[in-house]
Amino acid sequence: MSNIIVIAEIRGGALKRPSLEAVTAAQQLAQSAGGNVVAIACGSGIDAAANELAQNGAAKVVAIDGAAFANYSGDAWAKAIAEQVKANDGAAVLMAHTAMGKDLLPRVSGLLDTGVITDVVAVSCDGGSYGAKKPVFAGKATMTVKATKAPFCATIRPNNFAAASGGGGGEVTKVDAPADDLLSVVKEIIAAGGDKTPLQEAKVVVSGGRGLKEAGNFRLIEDLAAAFGPGVAAVGASRAVVDAGWRPHSEQVGQTGKVVSPPLYIAVGISGAIQHLAGMRTARTIVAINKDADAPIFKVADYGIVGDAFEVVPALTKAIQEAVANG
Amino acid sequence: MDIVVCIKRVPATDTAIKIAADGKSIDPTGVSFEMNAYDEFALEQARLLKEQLGEGTVTAITIGPKDAQKEMRSALARGADKAVLLTTDQWVYDGASTAQALAAWLQQNPAQIVLCGKQATDSDNNQLAANLAARLGMACVTEVSKLELADGVFTAERDIEGAREVVTCKTPTVISCNKGLNEPRPANLKSIMAAKKKPLEESPADLPAPAMEIVSLELPPQRAEGKIVGEGAAAVPALIELLRSEAKVI
Ligand SMILES: Cc1cc2nc3c(=O)[nH]c(=O)nc-3n(C[C@H](O)[C@H](O)[C@H](O)COP(=O)(O)OP(=O)(O)OC[C@H]3O[C@@H](n4cnc5c(N)ncnc54)[C@H](O)[C@@H]3O)c2cc1C
Ligand SMILES: Nc1ncnc2c1ncn2[C@@H]1O[C@H](COP(=O)(O)O)[C@@H](O)[C@H]1O
Repeated sequence: MSNIIVIAEIRGGALKRPSLEAVTAAQQLAQSAGGNVVAIACGSGIDAAANELAQNGAAKVVAIDGAAFANYSGDAWAKAIAEQVKANDGAAVLMAHTAMGKDLLPRVSGLLDTGVITDVVAVSCDGGSYGAKKPVFAGKATMTVKATKAPFCATIRPNNFAAASGGGGGEVTKVDAPADDLLSVVKEIIAAGGDKTPLQEAKVVVSGGRGLKEAGNFRLIEDLAAAFGPGVAAVGASRAVVDAGWRPHSEQVGQTGKVVSPPLYIAVGISGAIQHLAGMRTARTIVAINKDADAPIFKVADYGIVGDAFEVVPALTKAIQEAVANG
Repeated sequence: MDIVVCIKRVPATDTAIKIAADGKSIDPTGVSFEMNAYDEFALEQARLLKEQLGEGTVTAITIGPKDAQKEMRSALARGADKAVLLTTDQWVYDGASTAQALAAWLQQNPAQIVLCGKQATDSDNNQLAANLAARLGMACVTEVSKLELADGVFTAERDIEGAREVVTCKTPTVISCNKGLNEPRPANLKSIMAAKKKPLEESPADLPAPAMEIVSLELPPQRAEGKIVGEGAAAVPALIELLRSEAKVI
């Protein structure tokens, strides 16, 4: 019996939430394709995260564990994972579309001489034939494809499937991490200041644009994000302000920045250029604050306030603080 | 040092997409094409590496339509020494077959460094570099926004969720380039003239069958027309109410 494999991502010993979302996608496939959901995770000292996978939807967890895998190495991890995909008879291999997922699964698929469909928002298996939907042209179109090579590999866009929870009782199998020659290896991870919520995982994204006039005024955006409480909201930016050097590129939302689809996106002083919309149009609810009633951002916004950011944002921050405080 | 830069011709990012009658491709009428934005960073990085090493050949390669001669000439005007155009009439949307074809070419024309963009802005695959590296057994770092080479070892930096990763990597290697890596220098009249004399080889691509078939290409569902809640700070209470009771996001 062939299985549906999820490559899980563990950072700092903790299982990343988008991996549990990939487990949900795998469960959907297993329902029509048959077989079990098997999770593969790499790292050093990953017992806790492996158990968490076994408790949340994985019927079997293969933990490739050992000092050699203390730091991420795309080539070494891909090789070990590809072997496990074969050993566990993987008909499909899923991973979250994160920085690691984008680096690792295309490499695994290359080793398995198959294709990989990236940034997938829906998966299917129909009479043994695997398919997926993915945004193309920066979300200006959606492509539905059918895999013609096996195994079917796909990276799953975060915030698109609910995280798997419960349905525990899976077994954890340990495999020693092979101490191969590493072609590339992570030497250091430099944390962004504080414990910032990653943009693509945030429940709320508050983005600012050129309408904020200068870098220092982004404090308004930061305060609004903070009003949602710790770990909820992240700050984003338009390319205009990234190009101006007000904000780092890691915060850019759009076609040449990050694609986010949070439950709530708030655009402040952003005109809504097509390349910006590409990065946020799939957010569940969009709020726009712009002083120009004709700004294109209002065409995609669910709720708009026409007004001066310097007046509206502090009032909104206060109201959100109160709403959060009152639960 | 032989440096290869992979380049893709894609629709300009401000293009409005229309679906063709077959329901599987875009209608090319009125679409202007350009070099993929991220490939400009790859090309510039090749140029910087060549300048740093004081030697080397930069080859730009693309698998694309005959019209991609334009992007190849542009690459030649911006630092490539020679260009290779492997022609196909098909839209190249599948990473695996593209990687196979490029890997086959690279086996005949080995390079120490292969530079790609992080993502082609048409198929948005973000996979070619790692796929190619796997097939060639090369090292690879993706989405790189800082790169240094010393004593044959690269140190690359890349954004990950909420942090930056510093990766060391041996040559030969494939690097996929993100924005922020460098400031691409534009062509000038002199370099455009010089590019006309540089070699541009053209031959049909030997593309294997794609690893996926397009079933359909659709425009995304239109977002429902939103509403203007009101003007100025006075509209905030009404917005909060809508976010709570209608959108249920707070
Ligand atoms: C190849 C390419 C890729 C691109 N990729 C991206 C991308 O990934 N992401 C991206 O964002 N852009 C991208 N762009 C750029 C994009 O085309 C726009 O230029 C950019 O998004 C504009 O940023 P902005 O909305 O902040 O600035 P502007 O367009 O200048 O808009 C500022 C807005 O602020 C409003 N405003 C001014 N003052 C106030 C005030 N006091 N209160 C409230 N509102 C106010 C104005 O009415 C205006 O609507 C790309 C462009 C190209 C060519
Ligand atoms: N048809 C192609 N010909 C040459 N290079 C390509 C082609 N398709 C993709 N690439 C390269 O691979 C990078 C990533 O593309 P992709 O993985 O398709 O998003 C691009 O930025 C190019 O550098």
